[in-house]
Amino acid sequence: MILEIENMSLAYGNIEAVRGVSIKIVDGGIVALVGANGAGKSSTLNAISGLLPISAGTIRIDGQSTKELKPHQITRRGIVQVPEGRRIFGRLSVEENLLMGAFSRNDHQAIAEDRDRMFELFPRLKERRRQVAGTLSGGEQQMVATARGLMARPRVLLMDEPSMGLAPLVVEQVFDTIQAINAAGTTVLLVEQNALMALEIADHAYVMEHGEIVLEGPGPELAGDERVISIYLG
Amino acid sequence: MSMRQDDGKTPSLQLRRGLTAGAAAALIAIYLSSVGLIAMMNARPVIANALTLAQMTLLTIVFLAGALSQRPSPQDRTPAFWTAPLAGAVAGLLVAGFAGVILSVNLRPVFIALVPPLARLLTFGQSGVDGTAILVAGSALVASAGAFYQRLPDKVRRLLFPAALSVLLCGMFQEFIQVILQSNALFRWLAPWFYGWDGLTATGALIVFAVALAAAALPLVYRKPAGAGDVSSWRRFVPALFILLLLLLVPIAGGPYIAQVFLLIGLYVLMGMGLNLELGLAGLLDLGFVAFFATGAYITAILTADSPLALAHYTAIPSLSFWLAMPIAVLGAVLMGILFGIPVLGVKGDYLAVATLGLGEIVRIVVQSDAAAPLLGGAQGILQIPKPQVGGFQFGSAVSLFYLTLAAALFAAYCAWRLERSRLGRAWIALREDEDVAQAMGINLVQSKLLAYAFGAAFAGLAGSIFAVMVNSVFPSSFQLLMSINVLALIVVGGLGSLSGVVLGALVLIGLPEALREFGEFRYLFYGLALILTMRLMPEGLLPASRRRRRLVSPIAVGGSTPVARP
Ligand SMILES: Nc1ncnc2c1ncn2[C@@H]1O[C@H](COP(=O)(O)OP(=O)(O)OP(=O)(O)O)[C@@H](O)[C@H]1O
Ligand SMILES: [Mg+2]
Repeated sequence: MILEIENMSLAYGNIEAVRGVSIKIVDGGIVALVGANGAGKSSTLNAISGLLPISAGTIRIDGQSTKELKPHQITRRGIVQVPEGRRIFGRLSVEENLLMGAFSRNDHQAIAEDRDRMFELFPRLKERRRQVAGTLSGGEQQMVATARGLMARPRVLLMDEPSMGLAPLVVEQVFDTIQAINAAGTTVLLVEQNALMALEIADHAYVMEHGEIVLEGPGPELAGDERVISIYLG
Repeated sequence: MSMRQDDGKTPSLQLRRGLTAGAAAALIAIYLSSVGLIAMMNARPVIANALTLAQMTLLTIVFLAGALSQRPSPQDRTPAFWTAPLAGAVAGLLVAGFAGVILSVNLRPVFIALVPPLARLLTFGQSGVDGTAILVAGSALVASAGAFYQRLPDKVRRLLFPAALSVLLCGMFQEFIQVILQSNALFRWLAPWFYGWDGLTATGALIVFAVALAAAALPLVYRKPAGAGDVSSWRRFVPALFILLLLLLVPIAGGPYIAQVFLLIGLYVLMGMGLNLELGLAGLLDLGFVAFFATGAYITAILTADSPLALAHYTAIPSLSFWLAMPIAVLGAVLMGILFGIPVLGVKGDYLAVATLGLGEIVRIVVQSDAAAPLLGGAQGILQIPKPQVGGFQFGSAVSLFYLTLAAALFAAYCAWRLERSRLGRAWIALREDEDVAQAMGINLVQSKLLAYAFGAAFAGLAGSIFAVMVNSVFPSSFQLLMSINVLALIVVGGLGSLSGVVLGALVLIGLPEALREFGEFRYLFYGLALILTMRLMPEGLLPASRRRRRLVSPIAVGGSTPVARP
């Protein structure tokens, strides 16, 4: 098991945002984490990345607790986040953004190859490689954020709402890309509000509500679950 | 909807524009007169017997009012030309009225500068109804010239502006330039062409204007056709080489005072480059920067001074030469930088400014305290710091110390340039952009931030070390908060993160006030003005860093083209 979260809780001051969450991520699959606004999904990802301290429970990478690890050390262990709201480096060029993603690597040859591979995966970015990333469209920025995350050669890519604010057609493309990335060997933890689509492609999924996991199971199965539908429609 | 149709054509809007521009110009002129600047500027000729700095300033104000009245605004995309002469006439009328008031009412008890000669200066010697008419018409003409200039194509303005600026500089600094010309047989024959006994001659002004115009036009002539690829790399270094040559020759030729000014500029450039790493790259605002400078100076002092406070006096450590003390001083400053960085690691934005300000003051107060007096001399400081020596040669003069500073600055510039392009430099830029994401990319936040303080401090420590031998002594009172603010102001005016910007900023904010000593009391007025003007007109600084130049700009400003990063 690459990543294991056990009974994790975290709080902002007095407000408990996540309570006793357990998530298991085995090599190779797509795991989805869905839930309404404010359910605690981003908080969970940030805790995994070491950007937020947890108040209880453990997070383990390859069986080893991350308690003592700094964010950059977690990244170096192959757990890489593509943050919510894209958060690209707006003043750097597209290409510089990608190279920033490979910051913790120093195999220059392979970095250049990976960059070219990203340009194959996202031809739009190749055309705009010199453009200042802050001037890209929302969809293009999402491509930069994703490609930047992949440049770290992650073992697990934590994607926080990659479809946010995108047109339905672009959302389809994003989901296709996620599947392609996964097929190429990267494990994906996908956080989505676009729940039904996320569940469709997930091997395993968790539904979060008010900081707790309320449901879990194989993705397509949950997609048909009455309770999921009631959470999202009622 | 109908509002949109007569967009920019509304006479009342145009009228208001002209009136405000004129009134603003008059107010500025009246303000400068009241504080005494205009009278003082009158003592400095720009063109001998024709134009003083005061007159030039008044004309420039009206000229700018005319030019600014033509700048399109969102409500008014095509301002009418007549707003400019209107602005000029209003300004002329108001200033003439002000002069009239000075002549008829004794305002001296209020503002000591408001005396009849000033009135004659403001009205260019004109008086009476006819005189006022001439003044108003002349002022309208100057403002129209401003408007005309504003409407010229960008290319032409880029030629005219440096040419006019060159004339101004050659006139204002005639005493220095004359000394330089006279000092060398190579140039001596040139002098009579430009300068008479009392300054730049009219012919001289014309020649300077023409030469500067031609020089500014040169790059246009030699420019490769658009899209023909990059400018070859050596050509980019031509201006830098030219400036370097100037820096090498000017202090020798200009005499000790010029050398002293350049030395000071050099020290500020060193500090500016250091703060640029902290603020320009890593985005860490630091108002306690002077502490690093002080550390460098004090370490140099206690290691080399011939004083009871020197370490050699009461420990087994021998008295060191400057060359050994300087690297130790730099290391000490680095250590101070790290110590300084640790408590403010988690502090961001506005709070960081306050926290660093506090730390800087703490350092100064500790040095000044009685507790530290047995070691650092308290308010009396440490005296008798010897000048650096190489063999028999002593760096005793300002000129030789300037060359030492220049060498240090070149070395530091090279380091800064390499740093910006290094992995660490990229980490700093990423941290400035988004701390969380940068960490998620694998950047070590603590280490990178501390390194930013450490490198910034190293540059300041080097400057402090040279400063100590320059003045032969160190006192806590030399290391005021104002110094940190000066360094901050000069890199902001020059352009954050830009190396050439640091040099230009230091020239403008440190060099100009030093060279124009008589305006000393107005130094901070000038600072404020320079800062406000840059922030309003060129928020990226005078020479923006390439990275900043392509910050997101509104599509109108870039004509719809996409900003493109340098390769
Ligand atoms: N920095 C913060 N300080 C205080 N409370 C916070 C902070 N960040 C998040 N919260 C709160 O924690 C809870 C969980 O937030 P989180 O961002 O994890 O939700 P989410 O599931 O990602 O929601 P969304 O789908 O809207 O992104 C929310 O109630 C939010 O208001
Ligand atoms: Mg979220």
